Amino acid sequence: MTEAEVYHTLNEIFRAQFLLEDIDLTPTTSAVDIEGWDSLRHIELILMIESHFGIQFHSREVDSMSNIGDLVEYIGAHLHAN
Amino acid sequence: MTQSKVKSVTAPPAEARLSWLPQAPVDWQARLASLQKSDAHSLVELRVLAPYQLDGTQTGHLDRALSRALLHPGCSAASADVRLAVLASSTTAHLGAGIRVAGLRRGLHVAVHEGTYGQFWQSILEPDAAIADFSPNAILLALDAEHLAAGLRVASTADQRQHLIQASLDRLRSAWQTLRQRHACQLVQQLPLPVFDNLMGNNEHSLPGSPVDYLSRLCMQIRDCAEQERVDLLSLDRQVARDGLAAWHDPRLWLHARMEISPTAVPLFGELLMRVIAARQGRSARCLVLDLDNTLWGGEVGEAGPQGVTLGPGSAAGEAYQSFQRYLLALHDRGVILAVCSKNDQHVAETMFHSHPSMFLKRHHIASFKANWQPKPDNLRDIASELNIGLDSMVFVDDSVFERELVRRSLPMVQTPEMPREPALYSRVLADAGYFESVALTDDDLTRGAAYQANRQRAELRDHHQDLTAYLHELDMRLGWQCFNPGDIDRLVQLINKTNQFNLTTQRYDRDQLEDVMNQPGVLGLQFRLEDRFGDNGIIAIVIASLQHDRSMHIDTFLLSCRVIGRRVEQAILNVLASGALERGATRLVGRYRPSDRNAIVRELYSELGFSPLPSPPAGELRFDLELGQFTPLPVPATVYEEGA
Repeated sequence: MTEAEVYHTLNEIFRAQFLLEDIDLTPTTSAVDIEGWDSLRHIELILMIESHFGIQFHSREVDSMSNIGDLVEYIGAHLHAN
Repeated sequence: MTQSKVKSVTAPPAEARLSWLPQAPVDWQARLASLQKSDAHSLVELRVLAPYQLDGTQTGHLDRALSRALLHPGCSAASADVRLAVLASSTTAHLGAGIRVAGLRRGLHVAVHEGTYGQFWQSILEPDAAIADFSPNAILLALDAEHLAAGLRVASTADQRQHLIQASLDRLRSAWQTLRQRHACQLVQQLPLPVFDNLMGNNEHSLPGSPVDYLSRLCMQIRDCAEQERVDLLSLDRQVARDGLAAWHDPRLWLHARMEISPTAVPLFGELLMRVIAARQGRSARCLVLDLDNTLWGGEVGEAGPQGVTLGPGSAAGEAYQSFQRYLLALHDRGVILAVCSKNDQHVAETMFHSHPSMFLKRHHIASFKANWQPKPDNLRDIASELNIGLDSMVFVDDSVFERELVRRSLPMVQTPEMPREPALYSRVLADAGYFESVALTDDDLTRGAAYQANRQRAELRDHHQDLTAYLHELDMRLGWQCFNPGDIDRLVQLINKTNQFNLTTQRYDRDQLEDVMNQPGVLGLQFRLEDRFGDNGIIAIVIASLQHDRSMHIDTFLLSCRVIGRRVEQAILNVLASGALERGATRLVGRYRPSDRNAIVRELYSELGFSPLPSPPAGELRFDLELGQFTPLPVPATVYEEGA
């Protein structure tokens, strides 16, 4: 899966979670940019992403995700490890 | 060594799902979105979206729509049906959505007040003004495993362990008493998820300082205490034994956010808690209405007779139906009312209860017994009125997806679980659905509430005939017909010799005889196939008619598989037959009804289709005719087409 495809899928997951059509994620997008992205929604997002990509994040990654760039990097690492 | 593509025996993944509810329709999200666009979306409209197998994300979306609907004046927390205060040692902010949506599923407005994180003990020791203002009618006390096992050391002795348990119980008991004094409401104690890992193994109990063993001992003692103090329990420890710990608890989320309960389990958590609360308010279901064929036994008793159905020792399927009956009998013995609603002849169905040696359920266990050919929603109304209970305290169990959908649509207040195809799983589905959740309460309390609900429900009844017609149209039925196809002869012979109920003459043909009939000039043999949005029912009807010298066409055989009785297929069949007869130069149709001990259902069929009675020969046979010159095709809720045309 290419990085562009990961972004494409993430856009769909975020749009489904926040019910917003106009979400367009960039590496620097973070919780402050999307209304409703609080700590609980963050955990839900992580679980949705995990089940969608068939991966499991490490606790260390869960703690240190600060923006979409981090997220895409971790997803890429898991996908390549498989 | 070559890699095998065959999958080896693997365990299914752990899940905490609302497994007894139907899957959400594909347009669920779109329907929610369109409701939200209109300003006036109300609880009633949102409730329609609730009785589905929603996941955590969908539950969250529905909950947010619900909060907006409740912003309307007159929907304050003070007027909520359930005002639940949550006092917890771990994160509970994510649980509210599951609880409120489980309330919505029951038509209850639920307000949830969460205590300040980590302050639950202070809220108990000292009066908490916020909780007092909220005026709860239920309080959930949720203490997690680590909290409850604090103080235990691996080196603890059995005595020290006993002291710890006693101290823990004293603390709980005094908390319950204080809360009850202050708020005079239902108390629910949540038992912890068993999250600890073994130190010893299978014989964990031999280590007094084992957290695993400590927790299970503590839970047992909490059960005794709660019984004495009239505190209700939310037994998550036992639910985990059902679903698996991984379905309920994610250690990463515990460490990351002190979430004891994983967001994936939130919809089920809400259901379990709401059951306990609804039970205390006398809102649990009271009556289980059962279909018969392929629900209590395998096969159709009306077709195969009591000796021909699958029930009892001798086959795994027979034992599966019998073991379902054993579970139903146990429910009956603990106070659930049983009723029967079946498309069958009353006498034939009752004979099964009286005479089949493997029936655990006997006729006297059934409080109301409706075996007839009326639409099932009509029968369910009759049962409710006969037993003087509300439709919303009834559960309807049927293996047929057609009947389930019809009942869900006509009577959404009746709870209709999705039944699996496998009868060995029937009892598990009913247990998982928790319709009959009970706490200790008096029968009188229940009866009063139910009698009241019954009166209210009766006032809400709508015109059910319109309901049925609209439903049949929405089934998108497609009836294909063709003249007898030699390729289908095995199925035709089978249907002719197996069909007893919707069969006007019970005229049998073996394979050779039928081939003869097919080759006779002047004989019209028609076969019908029915498809609907649930799938293809295959060949379901047969007509054989022969043209006489007087240009009348005599209907020798007219039969319909019992699976599709009640769908107004017979009208469409007559239309096809009439047009075929006209094409062959006939001027009238002559039909006869030859009674058997199984076919009383079609005694009036020809009259209902517009035929006129003729003088009938003796021996109980009835004769009818229909002038084709005056015939106009009957309205039918299906698309009719000629197969292969």
